[in-house]
Amino acid sequence: MQLTIKYFGLIAEITKRNKEQFEFSGTLINEFLETVYLKYPKLKETHFQVAQNNEIVSKETIITQTEIALLPPFAGG
Amino acid sequence: MKDKKPKNVFKEGAISSEFIATSIEKHQSKTSIGAHNIFLGQVRADTIDNKTVSAIEYTAYEEMAIAKFHEIREAAFNKFDLNCMHIYHSLGKVNVGEICMFVFVSSPRRKEVFKAIEYIVEEIKANVPVFGKEIFEDETHQWKVNS
Repeated sequence: MQLTIKYFGLIAEITKRNKEQFEFSGTLINEFLETVYLKYPKLKETHFQVAQNNEIVSKETIITQTEIALLPPFAGG
Repeated sequence: MKDKKPKNVFKEGAISSEFIATSIEKHQSKTSIGAHNIFLGQVRADTIDNKTVSAIEYTAYEEMAIAKFHEIREAAFNKFDLNCMHIYHSLGKVNVGEICMFVFVSSPRRKEVFKAIEYIVEEIKANVPVFGKEIFEDETHQWKVNS
């Protein structure tokens, strides 16, 4: 499956892009993140949350959408 | 007025005092209102390691942020007796001393607006994916984290 991953704030600064596509054949967010860490090892030491379908999800969640977002800490308001 | 469709709350740059004044004025015709409450978020010149913040540049995961703002809005209408509610948040660069968020609630009675404004502001800070790049006077930066 082709997944689009979106990066924001500090995360986008590390990846040097706002989004990209990954080919992924697994099931869980965790497995997918392992693929992302291979490309960006620095993300392993960076705090972020994962959003799917406009909701924060745990890393044990099954991927059901084709768009995943990595969100650094919020700073609104 | 209560409205089921998600609104776009984002504004490019700082929120001006004229915009805020006009928003207040627009409520003069809504005569069942007895109390307004307003929260204004202002960009603070924090000093970190002897460097002073001169501006914050805001970005957001806009699609999720608009969905979250809508959820907060609906929840606030269910919890409190409100006539209307307006939320605006800046995107892009906002200098220190300028306004980056404007929350405006109105009700027949004062007690509701005091409770509502706190609820809405805290929910926004905790749940809306907005990111802030704190730009220092020497052009270096760090990423803001809500405390």
